[in-house]
Amino acid sequence: MDHKYLKNVTTLNLSVEKCIGCGRCVEVCPHRVFILNERKAQIKDKDMCMECGACMVNCPVNAITVRAGVGCAAAVIMGWLTGREPSCDCSMDGKNCCNEDVIL
Amino acid sequence: MSDERSCCCSSNDCCVEKSLTVYDKKDKWVVDEIHTSKGTVLVVSTNLDMKDFFEAWKVRWGIGRMDYKISPGLYAVGNPDQTSPVLVSVNYKLTFNALRKELAGLDCWILVLDTKGINVWCAAGKGTFGTNELVHRILKTELSEIVSHKKLVLPQLGAPGVSAHEVTKQTGFSIVYGPVRAKDIKAFLTSDFKATEDMRTVKFTLWDRLVLTPIDLVAAIKKSLIVFGILFIVNLFAAKPFGLADFIIYTGTVVTGTVITPVLLPYIPGRAFAWKGWLFGLLWTAGSVWLNGWFTSEFLLVAIGYLLVLPSLSAFLSMNFTGSSTYTSYSGVIKEMKTAIPLIALSSITGILLVLINSLLA
Repeated sequence: MDHKYLKNVTTLNLSVEKCIGCGRCVEVCPHRVFILNERKAQIKDKDMCMECGACMVNCPVNAITVRAGVGCAAAVIMGWLTGREPSCDCSMDGKNCCNEDVIL
Repeated sequence: MSDERSCCCSSNDCCVEKSLTVYDKKDKWVVDEIHTSKGTVLVVSTNLDMKDFFEAWKVRWGIGRMDYKISPGLYAVGNPDQTSPVLVSVNYKLTFNALRKELAGLDCWILVLDTKGINVWCAAGKGTFGTNELVHRILKTELSEIVSHKKLVLPQLGAPGVSAHEVTKQTGFSIVYGPVRAKDIKAFLTSDFKATEDMRTVKFTLWDRLVLTPIDLVAAIKKSLIVFGILFIVNLFAAKPFGLADFIIYTGTVVTGTVITPVLLPYIPGRAFAWKGWLFGLLWTAGSVWLNGWFTSEFLLVAIGYLLVLPSLSAFLSMNFTGSSTYTSYSGVIKEMKTAIPLIALSSITGILLVLINSLLA
């Protein structure tokens, strides 16, 4: 069964003018948000974006922007309490917060 | 980590070659050594033994989790030569074990980055599985002297931390992102580095969710000890002390928020995690209140109190599962929290007051 999170919230943005069609974003996206169409990247399903930042970091021509961050309520609360950027800091509370079965 | 390659001759086995990685000779997962022009490389087993399974189980329950790591550096599987592929991984042993288990029958190198014992995706998010560490590790192991090709296979979920073109610019090595899951690595390597859509997609199966729940459950139970402590003190003054029924309804709520809701996640209507947790918390609480016969005027205060506080608690616990999920965005979580947190706070405080008033002033 497919998981769906909130609609119309992601900050993902793709500049088609800058795109050189290398396909790196298609390669790295864990939710298959991008497709390559006539040598240009295209956003297929924006609401699937989890803002991990992989596409932005790996785009060689900076055609993609997204406010990358952790989608983790505990990290956000910790950020509010400590005044720091919310981070997936697993040393806090001894809590390793990511899914360890989907990793390589 | 200080990997001084001191060839100390304290024992008889005085080494003549430096080792590229530091390890404990008692480690059973190291089965051999390969001698390269740049030093000795450890060959690791592709079988997991009972100890590995026991350790994995402990880590799942949060025991020794932050210190389950191996030395970074270069490792080998099988009998690799200078043309063999190089896989990049992390020094979190649970991850490393998941990878080596899938490499039976293959000859390859594994370049282990120092991510301080954190898994690939988390480390990529933090940047420890990152461009700088990768470049540093390539240079430190003198990888370009050990293999003749210029290609690295990285786990796809390492991509948020690594800028592939930047690594190529700095080291000459090009990067291919491999599959998301270790179990697909063999198919990927034997199909000329081609990953199918399925291999590239992150999932979140019922089993994935189930194995993640113990950590949250244990954390919630630990915090609950404070609640039990407070209730114990309240009981000293209470006209109507808290009893077994209260313990069960509370504990059931914790289990609902940390286990039931996460496991049933995609089957619960709605999208926000807090909503899903609240809904199931409400079902549990209403059901329990009804079974206890508390929907009467005598127990009305405690019934309403529990209906306000317990679903909110379940909502909060479920909301925290966003961190364990594989598909929630930062923007989405912020939006969810801005609505959920005030409602949870208001509902909980009102509920706690009603329950305490009922108990103390009955």
